[in-house]
Amino acid sequence: MRRNISAAVLSGVLAVSALAGCGGGGDDAGSGNSGGDDKITLGFSQVGAESGWRTANTKSIQESAASAGIDLKFSDAQGKQENQISAIRNFITQKVDVIAFSPVVTSGWDAVLKEAKDAGIPVILTDRAVDSQDTSLYETFIGSDFVEEGKKAGDWLVKEYEGKTDKVNVVELQGTTGSAPAIDRQKGFAEAIKANPNITIVKSQTGDFKRADGKTVMETFLQSTPDIDVLYAHNDDMGLGAIEAIEAAGKKPGTDIKIITVDAVKDGMTALADGKINFIVECSPLLGPQLMDLAKKAAAGETLEKRVLTEETTFTQEQAKTELPNRKY
Amino acid sequence: MTAILKNRLFWPAAILVVLLVVNMFTSNQFVTVRDGHLFGTFIDILRGSAPLVLVALGMTLVIATGGIDLSVGSVMAISGAVACLLISDLGNQNSVGSVLLIIGIAILVSLVLGLWNGALVAVIGIQPIIATLILMVAGRGIAQLITDGQIINVQSGPYATIASGFFLALPVAFLIAAAAVALITLLTRRTALGLLLESVGGSPTASRLAGIGARRITIMVYVVSGGFAGLAGLIYSANIKSADSISAGNLIELDAILAVVIGGTALIGGRFSIAGTVLGAILIQTLGVTVVAVGVPAKATLLFKAIVVVALCLSQSPTFRQKVFGRFKPRPAVRAEVPA
Repeated sequence: MRRNISAAVLSGVLAVSALAGCGGGGDDAGSGNSGGDDKITLGFSQVGAESGWRTANTKSIQESAASAGIDLKFSDAQGKQENQISAIRNFITQKVDVIAFSPVVTSGWDAVLKEAKDAGIPVILTDRAVDSQDTSLYETFIGSDFVEEGKKAGDWLVKEYEGKTDKVNVVELQGTTGSAPAIDRQKGFAEAIKANPNITIVKSQTGDFKRADGKTVMETFLQSTPDIDVLYAHNDDMGLGAIEAIEAAGKKPGTDIKIITVDAVKDGMTALADGKINFIVECSPLLGPQLMDLAKKAAAGETLEKRVLTEETTFTQEQAKTELPNRKY
Repeated sequence: MTAILKNRLFWPAAILVVLLVVNMFTSNQFVTVRDGHLFGTFIDILRGSAPLVLVALGMTLVIATGGIDLSVGSVMAISGAVACLLISDLGNQNSVGSVLLIIGIAILVSLVLGLWNGALVAVIGIQPIIATLILMVAGRGIAQLITDGQIINVQSGPYATIASGFFLALPVAFLIAAAAVALITLLTRRTALGLLLESVGGSPTASRLAGIGARRITIMVYVVSGGFAGLAGLIYSANIKSADSISAGNLIELDAILAVVIGGTALIGGRFSIAGTVLGAILIQTLGVTVVAVGVPAKATLLFKAIVVVALCLSQSPTFRQKVFGRFKPRPAVRAEVPA
């Protein structure tokens, strides 16, 4: 997901497919003229294809556009802001009805967003925010609330140890230092566990959202911290790496050490169904249907909520067993 | 005493010892025996440093010839991706024969990638930093194509063994790295190969005029570096039983170069130290473990590491040592112990 920009940039540089020419451009520019027919044209600029999460995100948007009868002009920025800006400029020249995009980086969008506004095209941000002071430059921002995800994780833990007086030692595997999901998931979790003073975070270190780092850091946690009761990992991958370390240390993940993660990708859900993880907070890439609704409303000139949350849930081991066959990503 | 103090590797070794002592105090088990094999923080460090030792070993040889190999991380990603893709297609993932064959294929692919680097540098004459940059960038793309941008999981016991297994009470990954180090040490210090490497690094032209096949030597070091990177990639992916083409070996080239430099190998070529490189690689790994064990906050880890590295580099600088330590030394004693 919005992991590590450098990885995204790298993958962008090398991906073999063609540059950000928005598919099927000029020939159907007529359909973009909102006056003509009633089919809405949505120009969407994706970050890239840096992870399974992102691929699922792209697929969701493409599928729900087709089923909502929206003409989607899809463009892949391959992790580069300049590609994304030129794609948005293209959309403006083609007079699409709505522009949506997942910003590669947070800053530097004011100029191009102003152009879209001047052309009277509403803009929807998906998944990642921009830091523009002038919020009138975009209609709405749809995406996950990372603080909320951290809270959900913490709430489950508080509930799990409700009424017990023993000390609960938590170790935390943070995401990439300084990234929004890492900061917010840490914050939300810390707020939620304040409800039970017995629960304390004894060690917290970054695992960079990676499996290998999750494993290495967990190995050291296990050696340097006696009595770890709970592991909270900011994504599934680090949790999966940590499971390897816990097993190598001769402990049972899910039983000896309870594990909470965020994301709910397929590998994580499999481990949850197997009882190796105890609880997963979903961070869903499947925001396509909601985006299409918003695009329709925006095209009709309705005023939208400035912040729309992706519909997300949480999974226990039982729920994972039923949900697992439907997981696509 | 002064001779030991003057050894270039004294300070890195001293810092390593300090870090290890810190770990002795912070960890529950520094070294113990469990389930018939050694276990504990020290063993984790040995096991965890294996990929970096392998990569840095190849890098040392390349740097000895005055080159550099930036593509090692991407080669790691490709080799892990190839192995996991093939293993995941196996009917029986626990078949030792098939897994060994697949490991062989992955290493062969890595050797070919090394050959590509070597050919670009020695035959076509592209500067090493540019030649290997090509594969560094393109290679990760290739790895992602192989895995289709996803993380490929494998459930193969034999494959996992190369990273997490134990043989004669020692981690297999450590034994692999140790064997590689022993082999290269033997080849470079007991045959003329080391001398040839240093002469090519010193001056390719002079070497060629002296009758040394400089071109062949240059190609060879890139092939070896590719092979070791491939092996490191296998250990990396076996460690997490999956091929993660985005993060496998990401930025490891920088750690490897750092290990080489800590070890006292000159970046301009012409001189190298295998022992120094191994010391450097283990030091970097130990530093990573120490940061977590001591509980340095995530935001401060990079700063903490930077301080240690700066201290190391200063300790390696003759000028700095002269300025700081020179005045404290009783001159007659030095004269007495180091006769001119």
